[in-house]
Amino acid sequence: MKILICISNVPDTTTKIRFVDDNTKFDINGVQWIINPWDELALTRALQLKESSGGAVEKVSVITVGPKSVEPTIRKALAIGADDAIRVDAESEDAYEVANLIADAVKDEGYDIIIAGIESSDYNGSAVGGMVAEFLGLPSVSAVSSLDIENGEVVVKREIDGGSEVMTSQLPFVAIVQKGIALEPRIPSMRGIMMARKKPLNVIEPAEVPLMTEYVSYELPPAKAACKMIDPENVKELVNLLHTEAKVI
Amino acid sequence: MNFDFTEEQLMIRDAARDFAQRELLQDVIERDNNAIFPTKHVKTMAELGFLGMMVDPKYGGAGMDSISYVLAMEEISKADASAAVIMSVNNSLVCYGISKYCNDAQKEKYLAPLATGEKIGAFLLSEPEAGSDATHQHTTAEDKGDYYLVNGTKNWITSANSASIYIVIAQTHPDKKHRGINAFLIEKDTPGISLGQHEDKMGMRSSDTHSVMFTDVKIPKENRIGEDGFGFKFAMKVLEAGRIGIAAQALGLASGAMERSIQYSKERKAFGTEIANHQSIAFKLADMAVKVENARNLCLKAAWLKDNGKPFALASSMAKQYAADIAMEVTTEAVQIHGGYGYVKEYHVERLMREAKLTQIYEGTSEIQKIVISRTLLRD
Repeated sequence: MKILICISNVPDTTTKIRFVDDNTKFDINGVQWIINPWDELALTRALQLKESSGGAVEKVSVITVGPKSVEPTIRKALAIGADDAIRVDAESEDAYEVANLIADAVKDEGYDIIIAGIESSDYNGSAVGGMVAEFLGLPSVSAVSSLDIENGEVVVKREIDGGSEVMTSQLPFVAIVQKGIALEPRIPSMRGIMMARKKPLNVIEPAEVPLMTEYVSYELPPAKAACKMIDPENVKELVNLLHTEAKVI
Repeated sequence: MNFDFTEEQLMIRDAARDFAQRELLQDVIERDNNAIFPTKHVKTMAELGFLGMMVDPKYGGAGMDSISYVLAMEEISKADASAAVIMSVNNSLVCYGISKYCNDAQKEKYLAPLATGEKIGAFLLSEPEAGSDATHQHTTAEDKGDYYLVNGTKNWITSANSASIYIVIAQTHPDKKHRGINAFLIEKDTPGISLGQHEDKMGMRSSDTHSVMFTDVKIPKENRIGEDGFGFKFAMKVLEAGRIGIAAQALGLASGAMERSIQYSKERKAFGTEIANHQSIAFKLADMAVKVENARNLCLKAAWLKDNGKPFALASSMAKQYAADIAMEVTTEAVQIHGGYGYVKEYHVERLMREAKLTQIYEGTSEIQKIVISRTLLRD
């Protein structure tokens, strides 16, 4: 059995977000790049499955769409424990394009389980995983918070309003995973870091995909307003301000 | 001249930071309060490869360079200097000493379990009456023909209880003075070895420090390191490398205290504004930053010299003396910036200050480093 994780190269979650070129581009100066947190958890879960499978899971691969500059992030995934990696050599912020490129790159590779994080922490599009499944004609479940393999089937749990549901699916299958899929991302070991450069990182040319969307401009949310302190005795004023100023009640 | 780190070095720094912030920091106050050894964390450090970072992969080590080691030590020390000293002693005293000066059979037997962290090591040099002056060893290793008979007491031994492999320095030929000293690999469970009371220390309380008593301890001849009489030179050479570890530990204490001070002074308000906007605080931060940067550069220079096979004794002494002294200054200022909050345990900086004090004392006091540095300057 082979598992593939779709990983995104995203700015560290503590990055101060700034825009350039008339607010049409994200300023990447001084940004530290990381594996998208949901994808990192997905990778951790895939490695756990491999380790506990007694050899049934032979390989965990990662794939990303991006230029050469994303390779340190790919090598981090290899250091954490992925066996090999694919980089589709293209720059894209468009989910349709990214999903198409991934689907095209892996359609003949025979992956049994493809996992994508529920969204990427930069553009929060929440679209790639579902589209990859669609393009490959595979079943998929979204918002998966636990994933196991039992008797050749995958068993997933997904959180729904007020509860959760358990589903099974035949293979191959696409899981779109959220927090809970693994408790914490795995820290790469020194040995893993040393091995990362020795593992295969296959760079492939992108397929032709028509670009259907374009980013016009970005806007930062308004700065957080100052906190107003109200005397605990004065509940009336609190209610009044929530009603007239904050307009939340 | 190139100040860039490699991708691997950065990955190691980040891995150490993640481990330190996510795991060590969680229970560091409780372990410090109750002097609890970080058993669980040492196991994780072993799994991650932090206990044998520079050892040849042939012996189960990670085969990293000393630059990576400095980066990892700094990050771990920011969160927990006790875990850092366990790591430092195992890496740069015990594993380094065995890697560099032991024969293949000794490496086969002792290095592999130490490099993988399956066992941890301790370095037994100091004595009740021989700390800075290591030439006067009262512990004796009498040559009995088939074996050595060791008697004496060692003091202030880091990881004395948790370690299972000791490197012990002892006098074999008192007439030859320091040229008669030998170093031995000794397993802790050898009959005749007993531990003194657990030392109730001011800082680094989560590392276990004891005195160790040797009473007619029989050591096989093959456990001697190097030629007869090599022990003093061995100890001095190993300490040269060890200083890089402790310098990096002191650096981590200073940079950790600085990071906490920057964060606190941007949040804490006084006189209607964040205290960072008061020049008296801002200038303290600037002074801290210059000192931390200088210490970091000295540590990295010493590590770079070592990695490139160049003499590093002077650089490691400079790094150790400077980093330890500024760690004391920076952590003290961090407590001052935090005011009353700095004096309570929840905010960590008082612990960093207590821990910094030890870096000026162990593995060669700041004064000993100045002797090394000045003698080097005056030698020619």
